[in-house]
Amino acid sequence: MSYQARFKVWRGDADGGGLADFEVTVNEGEVVLDVVHRLQATAAPDLAVRWNCKAGKCGSCSAEINGRPRLLCMTRMSVFDPAETVTITPLRAFPVLRDLVTDVSYNYAKAREVPSFVPPAELGPGQYRMKQEDVNRVQEFRKCIECFLCQNTCHVVRDHEENKQAFAGPRFLMRVAELDMHPLDAAAEAGVDRRRGAREEHGLGYCNITKCCTEVCPEHIKITDNALIPLKERVVDRSYDPLVWLGSKIRRRKA
Amino acid sequence: MATGTDPETAAAGHAPARGVHHSTRAAIPAPHLRADRWWLSPAVTAAGLLAFVVYSTWRAFAGADYYAAPYVSPFYSPCLADNCVEMKGGADWGLVGSWWGLSPALLVLIFPLGFRLTCYYYRKAYYRGFWASPPACAVPEPHKKYSGETRFPLILQNVHRYFFYFAVLVAGILTYDAVLGFRDADGAWGHMGLGTLVLLANIALIWAYTLSCHSCRHIVGGRLRNFSKHPVRYRMWGWVSALNARHMQLAWASLVSVAVADFYVYLVASGAFSDPRFF
Amino acid sequence: MTRVDRQSWDVVVVGAGGAGLRAAIEAREQGLRCAVICKSLFGKAHTVMAEGGIAASMANVNHNDNWQVHFRDTMRGGKFLNNWRMAELHAQEAPDRVWELETWGAVFDRTPDGRISQRNFGGHEYPRLAHVGDRTGLELIRTLQQKIVSLQQEDHREYGDYEARLKVFQECTVTRVLKDGGRVSGVFGYERESGRFFVIEAPAVVLATGGIGKSFKVTSNSWEYTGDGHALALLAGARLVNMEFVQFHPTGMVWPPSVKGILVTESVRGDGGVLRNSDGKRFMFDYVPDVFKEKYAESEAEGDRWYTDPDNNRRPPELLPRDEVARAINAEVKAGRGSPHGGVFLDVSTRMPAEAIKRKLPSMHHQFKELADVDITAEPMEVGPTCHYVMGGVEVDPDTAAAVGVPGLFAAGEVAGGMHGSNRLGGNSLSDLLVFGRRAGLYAARYAASFATEAAPVVADADVELAEAEALRPFGAEAPDGAAENPYALHQELQQGMSDLVGIIRRAGEMEEALHRLSGLRARARRAGVEGHRQFNPGWHLALDLRNMLLVSECVARAALEREESRGGHTRDDHPGMDRRWRRINLVCRLADESAEPAAADSALGLVRLERQEAQPIREDLLALFEKEELAKYLTDEELTS
Repeated sequence: MSYQARFKVWRGDADGGGLADFEVTVNEGEVVLDVVHRLQATAAPDLAVRWNCKAGKCGSCSAEINGRPRLLCMTRMSVFDPAETVTITPLRAFPVLRDLVTDVSYNYAKAREVPSFVPPAELGPGQYRMKQEDVNRVQEFRKCIECFLCQNTCHVVRDHEENKQAFAGPRFLMRVAELDMHPLDAAAEAGVDRRRGAREEHGLGYCNITKCCTEVCPEHIKITDNALIPLKERVVDRSYDPLVWLGSKIRRRKA
Repeated sequence: MATGTDPETAAAGHAPARGVHHSTRAAIPAPHLRADRWWLSPAVTAAGLLAFVVYSTWRAFAGADYYAAPYVSPFYSPCLADNCVEMKGGADWGLVGSWWGLSPALLVLIFPLGFRLTCYYYRKAYYRGFWASPPACAVPEPHKKYSGETRFPLILQNVHRYFFYFAVLVAGILTYDAVLGFRDADGAWGHMGLGTLVLLANIALIWAYTLSCHSCRHIVGGRLRNFSKHPVRYRMWGWVSALNARHMQLAWASLVSVAVADFYVYLVASGAFSDPRFF
Repeated sequence: MTRVDRQSWDVVVVGAGGAGLRAAIEAREQGLRCAVICKSLFGKAHTVMAEGGIAASMANVNHNDNWQVHFRDTMRGGKFLNNWRMAELHAQEAPDRVWELETWGAVFDRTPDGRISQRNFGGHEYPRLAHVGDRTGLELIRTLQQKIVSLQQEDHREYGDYEARLKVFQECTVTRVLKDGGRVSGVFGYERESGRFFVIEAPAVVLATGGIGKSFKVTSNSWEYTGDGHALALLAGARLVNMEFVQFHPTGMVWPPSVKGILVTESVRGDGGVLRNSDGKRFMFDYVPDVFKEKYAESEAEGDRWYTDPDNNRRPPELLPRDEVARAINAEVKAGRGSPHGGVFLDVSTRMPAEAIKRKLPSMHHQFKELADVDITAEPMEVGPTCHYVMGGVEVDPDTAAAVGVPGLFAAGEVAGGMHGSNRLGGNSLSDLLVFGRRAGLYAARYAASFATEAAPVVADADVELAEAEALRPFGAEAPDGAAENPYALHQELQQGMSDLVGIIRRAGEMEEALHRLSGLRARARRAGVEGHRQFNPGWHLALDLRNMLLVSECVARAALEREESRGGHTRDDHPGMDRRWRRINLVCRLADESAEPAAADSALGLVRLERQEAQPIREDLLALFEKEELAKYLTDEELTS
């Protein structure tokens, strides 16, 4: 059941590097991360790679396999032809640190820019009541394991470094959507306008809904259809729809 | 310490290379390493859309062979100019008047065209297929600058929901046209030909596509914070969501069906084919 | 000492899992400046692997539940060896800790009336586990992470700096807790990314580093679980208690080999899954021990009725505490009634409709589909025991989480010992993290605040130099014959030895052999060498972690050899019965070389000394929660009469 497979693994750091060739044994049922570990234990003890749970739950081992953003631990070797050379590179939207490890601090910086959940002032701990149908949407987004594959594949920042300033990326726009759909979030009462923020602070308008984030999501979250487009529609309510705007003006006057 | 959660500011200075070749990123000469046929999908999309554009341009400007009683081509309904052929009981309203000399299709096609042009699926399709922005996931786009839908003209994509309202009107009229297919050429009820079926299939797909629209999903229920307080809208949102999951398939199916319906009417109207009658 | 970066904080938390983050939040909310150090990226901690839920007697599903019932279940699960005060605090405070998470944005599954839904789990009398499908740990970590971000946003508004009072040093490893006299003065560590060393001066250090599973071959734990906190505490002069109790989760994946050990959540059984052997028999009915006979169903029919009518039926024996189920599976496999890949069958496909399985167990469905090509809605899973949790840990004061004997050192979560006794109930881990994480943070903050008026302990340059020399040793390592040892090979040998000799079923002779092998490995680990440089070098990291794993493994083996009975997570083939006299005895490990200075090249490798320690008698009112007959199974006659 075992065979010798050919691999190309990017090795190097911020100063440069290249694809190194390896030949390594692959056994039945293994995933790419197993192979990387075998390389570490044999041919390349100092090969840098991030990983943790090895079960697709922590989102640490993000990399690009044959040019596609994937989790190393959830990519089975059986999807490749034994004769095929498998190429593993670090994520290509973020600064490289060493080998397969990249600097993902962009994502942590963006996470901080999203205003947090605002607890409703009138409810204490234990008094929250929410119906399951009202939290389903939010729960889908909270499945996110923050592997940042969506952030990595999104051409807005992958192909345009300069957009990193203005664009939060799919993961954190989804976080805005999550909070905007949370049944008890009291942001509005606290003077935080999440929809306006989505447009003005987090760069929702940069998204051209080409769905690569959804394609690469290992949790199969429908990022585009369920988070980004609904958020765009909410922003239309807030900023671009004269009828809704007029309606809310009239209602506010009545109240 | 460099291990906080703050990004380190990239060293300023010489102009950095773009995108994946930016100086801070892993040094890999190839713009991408995808070994699969990633170009197939955008190529097919572009070819399909192009074919439709060519066909519809020809038919829209033709201004002829669009009515073969009792069938009217979906490209020409409703007819808003005076220069239409007479359609018995059909949506033939000369609202625009007689000064319009071009094909009457042009007046009405703006609406379905706008609906599809601003549709969230078609946007993906043509951004990828025609504009290569991006051509496929993790394949670099050729453009130097990118501002997405933040500026004119693409910021206008936000009007999608208005085109949706018009699309509902148009779909209503096409439904009416399909119902008229149950009358014979003389206006007597109790007729059904192959054309009736074609129009019915087309309008079913048009409705499915129209209702599966993301704006529709939002208007119907998506904008609510608490579904539990609006059980009827929640149920409707559930239905629209189920359709919405097939939005791409419906977009293509209805695009093909509309062309097929038009072509069928063209064949019958030009006399190249005679409509088989079932009863 | 120009090379080593130094910073000063009030409280340092080592570990950013549930306990560490909860401690950090508490310390920061007490107004202190708190640094969190973690080996992985922020938000990737092993807590994300927790699936089933958080045990808390909120009584949302069954109104009969309360903290006393939870306390009882916890003590029974731990076979009465638990530190009863910890079990009491845990049961009392767990609901508040869960509700608090909601105010920070956690979104649990709901009951029809909108409260937090609770599910059944092994050893819990009522449905008690607050959950989010089968990804509760992820929800917990994300919520705490987002709470930290929200505190940082507050600081940003106030000071213009997100990290003014709460900073996460991610991808850093601590190799030494530093001391000044007897008191904690800070930590020494390295950045994984750059290999640079750093010192954080702080009077209070909270250890929240999790467990030791990476010393075993088949484990559900990630690479981080190398017993760092256990070893740091030992080296700092603290003591480890109950180290012989290692929980083998009954259901880990057994196939394919690369995923062997990955957890299959207990919720599968809580929601109706059953265990069968190769004869198709539900064998668990044959393995109900006497102490649990009255609590569990005697027939399949009764067990099945329980899911819908829990008040009039007893629960199926698949839901016995984990140690019982793990031993039963082990016995079935040994008797030749195992599945093709050496496990048993766990089946939900015949018990629930496919849609319900996908809804209730989404990540299990996903995990088996993607990793093993098994569709759990249509076929049974193959499962077997996997090393999951260590009940033992740093001996702490139950109320303050302060490590006994080392002022300024605190421990919470899996690295702390005592709370779970000889066996932990599922769901009690996440609640443990929150309850004692908060307490550790609170008391660490109070302790650190006391240095506002008096001089704080000082980090000595000499200690830093020694710690640095110790950390750099693998780069200069050479054997007498010139060849350095490969740390990966050493690690594999260690795992193999611990699994084979100090695993789920133990014998005196094998454990003596294990101790012998450990001393050999220890000598060779001194020669573990690495290639390359210090920047993100996993070989080097492993070489350093080996010290911790060897130290902790020795504690486990020594304590296991000493305890001549079988109880909870400690099963002796040569002493199969539970002995009431052993209940009052805690086995405590400490470093044999009392000088806990980070000195001499080999001080870390010094042997461990074991002591017996009498447990505190259980408080009268807590004993009164149990029936006399039940107590008689655990307590000696002498304890009962006094």
